[in-house]
Amino acid sequence: MALDIMKEKGVPLDRQHFSWRDMVRVPFSKLDDDAFTRVRVILMNGIESEAIRFSHASSRMNKDLRLPLAKVRRVEQHQQTMVNWLLPPDQSPLETTIAYEQVAVEVTASVAAHEPDPYLQQVYRYGLLEDFDHLYRYSALMDRIEGKDANNILQSYTDIVPGRPTAEEHRAPEDELRTWYDRKTAAPITKLNALTIMAGEYQTHDYYMHVGPFFADPVARQLYAEIASIEEQHVTQYESIADPDETWMEKWLLHEATEVYNYYSCLQTESNPRIKEIWQRLCDYELGHLHFVMDLYKQVDKRDPAEILPATLPEPIKYESHRDYVREVLSKEMNLRAVGHRFVDGAKEKESDATLAYRKHLNTHGSPSDMVAAGYRWYTGTELGKLARA
Amino acid sequence: MGQATDLGMNRTGIGMAPRLSEAMIRDAEISIPTSGGDGRQIERLRREYVHNAPPIGSTPPPATVKGAAKAGMQMLKGQRPSVFLDKLGERLAFERTGTRLYEALIAKFDELGSWDQGPTRDELVTFHNEELAHFEMVREAIESLGGDPTVVTPSADVTGVTAMGLLQVITDPRTSLTHSLDALLIAELADNDGWQMLIRLADASGQSALSRRFQQALTDEDRHLRSVRAWLNAEMAQDLKGGPHTRKPH
Repeated sequence: MALDIMKEKGVPLDRQHFSWRDMVRVPFSKLDDDAFTRVRVILMNGIESEAIRFSHASSRMNKDLRLPLAKVRRVEQHQQTMVNWLLPPDQSPLETTIAYEQVAVEVTASVAAHEPDPYLQQVYRYGLLEDFDHLYRYSALMDRIEGKDANNILQSYTDIVPGRPTAEEHRAPEDELRTWYDRKTAAPITKLNALTIMAGEYQTHDYYMHVGPFFADPVARQLYAEIASIEEQHVTQYESIADPDETWMEKWLLHEATEVYNYYSCLQTESNPRIKEIWQRLCDYELGHLHFVMDLYKQVDKRDPAEILPATLPEPIKYESHRDYVREVLSKEMNLRAVGHRFVDGAKEKESDATLAYRKHLNTHGSPSDMVAAGYRWYTGTELGKLARA
Repeated sequence: MGQATDLGMNRTGIGMAPRLSEAMIRDAEISIPTSGGDGRQIERLRREYVHNAPPIGSTPPPATVKGAAKAGMQMLKGQRPSVFLDKLGERLAFERTGTRLYEALIAKFDELGSWDQGPTRDELVTFHNEELAHFEMVREAIESLGGDPTVVTPSADVTGVTAMGLLQVITDPRTSLTHSLDALLIAELADNDGWQMLIRLADASGQSALSRRFQQALTDEDRHLRSVRAWLNAEMAQDLKGGPHTRKPH
């Protein structure tokens, strides 16, 4: 049954409490839990980290909102801790990276398939093929430096084959900005989708920037440097699809609605009862935030939240394999290239001089992503299995 | 590239900043902790989490019932097959990562060279190939018991965590061949014991054919261990006399 976010008020903000024991729980099992439990945990960490990032930016620009922003933000901080600390310590940074790319592939595919705006569908599919390629490159890295199989993390839900080659994804800023949705006419799900994917990509960028230097191997250090740069492009792309004329309050309201929507989506398919209980609790907390912000919105912007928010939540994000969908996009859109705001057939239209010059310079000394995956084909149990039997 | 034992400006000790460290020690001595007790409180918290922690993961049943029946899982006399499969999974993961460790080591050797009675390229390549062959041997053993060799068993997972530090040392371009061999020594010591345990498990499970094959792997691993120790001892002896005469292979 769909959730009526206008009626369901969740837990009031002043009754949302945590203790350290409460936040630092037993993590999920890397070996025994379903890969989509890991996918949900990672995405929700991204959603929470975006909530905090936005809240700080807003606080710097809106003196009257500082206290209410700080109150909600403090809870978001502890929610994020509770969620992110579910990652198990035996899951290495590279294994977590593989999972981040699975999030990017499967969640973006679900969003692209349900986005009503055809141009934005294209934006998501475009980004999808690039993250899909990152998964292939990182899998090669894991196989070739650690002797581990990325499919132990992916659990056969997501293919490990090339997408749009990472070496060709480097674009000048002029070709990274997209046309934004119109805040007055866009469907509510369009706004929730844009925020969800932007949040996911932003945390991916931040994660790679954080863990890249922990690697000793120069191959890994270069690959993280290269893919982090593409994630920065993706954040630029996805940030640009949101209407810049939305007010600060309008954006805050949408952030809270996105959090409710995402926790609600997680709740629908979670197979681990311990974690399902967390999704339920945080969904109720987010409903509390949403109603707190709805009241503020009425006071500050003097508008009715119902003009922006859907009465009931849209169809949840599908936490399942999108193999067929991704294969179809691969077969039809590998040659697409971005020129300005447009997507063009790379066989018919040249990329901009700015992008070609930028890419040529970056790849002057070779491409880490090409090098790490030179001749690489994923093989069950790593390519060493194939080599040993040759 | 200079030797790690060359004298330089290492700033980590208090001896490099006598006045600063004197002030620091004085401040610490007169400071008052804000909570009472001692380090044993950490133990209490750890015990509480250990008490409530589920296992890190499980060993799955054989991939197919048919496979298990045909292949001899029932032949593991009086033993829980999951114990053997768990440890086989550990060896498989270790040998596979070991193969990649030797690749990183060979790259370092090719750039930095070796010393008198140090490793030769042929030896490193031979050891690499033997790690790969051992990986394949374990994979076949798991399949012969009806298991799935692509599974990360709990012991395989834990050994992967243990090996992370070794990978970090060997793949770091700033560490010397000696540092890398120190890390490799840890790997070879663990590997050696791991094979001995696997042979005992095979014997206890009535898997005499597997036990004989594993004995061959142990013979190889014994040679790896002796060699790594000898290379490190030779390097240390020469370092004490003023640095080993490193020769580039090319």
